[in-house]
Amino acid sequence: MKPELTRRTFLCTLAGCAAAAATGGCGDITHTSFFRDNFRDLEKEELQQILAELEREHSKTYGKQVTVGAAQAQPGVEFGYALDLSRCVGCRRCVYGCVEENNQSRDPQIHWIRVLEMEQEKGIDFHHADAYYDPETVPEAGKFYVPVACQQCRNAPCVKSCPVGATWQEDDGIVVIDYDWCIGCRCCMSACPYGARHFNWATPDVPAEEMNPDTHILGNRPRMKGVVEKCTFCVHRVREGKYPRCVEVCPVGARKFGNLLDPQSEVRQILEHKRVVTLKSELNTRPRFYYFFG
Amino acid sequence: MPILQDLNAFARHSLRSATRGNRLYWLWMGLLGICIGVGIFSYLEQLDGGLIRTAMRDPVSWGFYIGNFTFLVGVAAAAVLLVIPAYVYHWKPIKEVVILGELLAISAIVMCALFVLVDVGRPDRVWHLMPGLGRLNVPSSLLGWDVLVLNAYLILNFVIVSYLLFSMFKGRKPRTAIFMPLVLLSIPAAVGIHTVTAFLYNGFAGRPFWNASILAPRFIASAFCSGPAVLLILMQLLRRFTRFEIQSSAIWKVAELMAYAMFLNLFLHGAEVFKEYYSDTEHLVHMQYMFQGIGEHRAIVPYMWLSVFCSITAFLLFLIPKTRRNPVTLNLGCVLIFSGVYIEKGMGLVIPGLTPDTLGEIYEYFPTWIEIGVAVGVFGIGAFIFTVLVKIATPIMLRASAGEASAEPGSGQPHRQRTTGQD
Repeated sequence: MKPELTRRTFLCTLAGCAAAAATGGCGDITHTSFFRDNFRDLEKEELQQILAELEREHSKTYGKQVTVGAAQAQPGVEFGYALDLSRCVGCRRCVYGCVEENNQSRDPQIHWIRVLEMEQEKGIDFHHADAYYDPETVPEAGKFYVPVACQQCRNAPCVKSCPVGATWQEDDGIVVIDYDWCIGCRCCMSACPYGARHFNWATPDVPAEEMNPDTHILGNRPRMKGVVEKCTFCVHRVREGKYPRCVEVCPVGARKFGNLLDPQSEVRQILEHKRVVTLKSELNTRPRFYYFFG
Repeated sequence: MPILQDLNAFARHSLRSATRGNRLYWLWMGLLGICIGVGIFSYLEQLDGGLIRTAMRDPVSWGFYIGNFTFLVGVAAAAVLLVIPAYVYHWKPIKEVVILGELLAISAIVMCALFVLVDVGRPDRVWHLMPGLGRLNVPSSLLGWDVLVLNAYLILNFVIVSYLLFSMFKGRKPRTAIFMPLVLLSIPAAVGIHTVTAFLYNGFAGRPFWNASILAPRFIASAFCSGPAVLLILMQLLRRFTRFEIQSSAIWKVAELMAYAMFLNLFLHGAEVFKEYYSDTEHLVHMQYMFQGIGEHRAIVPYMWLSVFCSITAFLLFLIPKTRRNPVTLNLGCVLIFSGVYIEKGMGLVIPGLTPDTLGEIYEYFPTWIEIGVAVGVFGIGAFIFTVLVKIATPIMLRASAGEASAEPGSGQPHRQRTTGQD
């Protein structure tokens, strides 16, 4: 072991004892999460140990075999998303599909996707949008719907603002969070122009029978109280060659996904043959999430 | 070693000063003890349930704690900036003004750190912020910068004050060559902590209410109002209860400078109000939420108008020579200016900045009793530290100035003509 690691481990132990004593109420400080390095500084063996420990812990908690993967970005892949606003009917199936797929807390409720109801007369106007629309049937006359989740910005304000480097952009463009490193300061939430980041104000509650056991360490594995989470384009699925869940559940085919670097991909075709817009382009966040009118 | 003996004597003397006092002192400390107890109880509740015990939610993810943090950075900065007029106007008790200002700065910075600590979701992980040990994300994160400059400022002030007091305690004249460079360094550092804190907000392009270049200058101007207000009251208290000498003219001069600072603050604020209302873009909603409310959402409107009222009244009280020289209106002005800036730069900065949120949702934030309890505790700790520090420093300063007076009997500076009350 390198000497600096020894010192670090020693200091962490000291700090750990102090913090554990001070935060007696925090029951969910596990050994792995407390003494761990930032994800990006982990040695290969350390990561394997952590994954195994997480799998054991979650399998026990949820009473089923949970896998925690750490699939890396593949070379030559940059993910992009395109959403057809003229098709979206505002049914929110993507929202609920996402909640199930990504183990979002049911109580308090966390939704990574928010569908905004807007008035056709006003166009895309957030200050007249309603996320809590609740009519008998959708779509309603005179309204259209804009689902918003993480825009996976190329110039991401959240990444820039994080004081501890707990969130970053992977090589395939997905912005991820290290849930074991986040200190819960919520700077990223102030920085995000799309309301895409969500905080665990209480211990998240996911019913064991509904828990999705196919997880990724930077994605949908169960989170803890006091950390921030967000859409990862279903990192556990897309790095295995599958579509994000929201793409699959959309009943009207409004959601398209693919590799921006592949000229044949559907999302690339849309960029070439349709006219697209990005949200709040004046902020120069340069999203990988495009909206178009098909 | 003699230095160790001296330090030992200094520590014993300090402990003795802090643990001896009259009934009023113990009553005050008891009150602070109760505040701290309330704070600890509330914080344990919050740790247990999570930040859901606060009124903060995803749309308004910062609230009362971060508002107090921001306000107190201003107090910390301006306490030291009082050194400048002390020099320019050749006030006699300049060392004393420096010391008191820095003691206030130390207490305020401790409160700042505590307000950040109670705000984070994972207090067990704050070591991630420590350079070397954790992974401090500088230069890109402004909160990262804030952690650095606030700690540097705390250390700087602590060193200066310890050196000055220790020298005085030893009966030595503090060596200007040692402490003056540090004092001079603390002035840009004070401006620095406040600028970095303003930039923390300023840098969020997605929050138009904060993303205004005028924010940092406004922060500095309003800090010049809030920090000295505390010191003015403190100086009067010391003058009354101890043999501490300070000219009334110095107090009046500070009040006058505060009036100019408040004018600048109101002017800068007015410039923003004009820009938003006249251009009438979608960015206006935040200011509308603040001053008029949006629909039935009017929770903070009365507070904002209260702040405007306090600030303007205090400005007038300090501007008119007659009222700034009258002890009643002077102290009233101090309280008003402190309250005005407390609202404007605390909740008045944070809440309208986040409401409506980036997708247009209006969530009405108002702190819960848990948040108020925790804040009472943090202020209790700050006041406790400040009281103890002042209690330790005062006898040392008095002894030193008495020594100086006897050493140079014929100096005859005007301040010494003032005879002050008994202990």
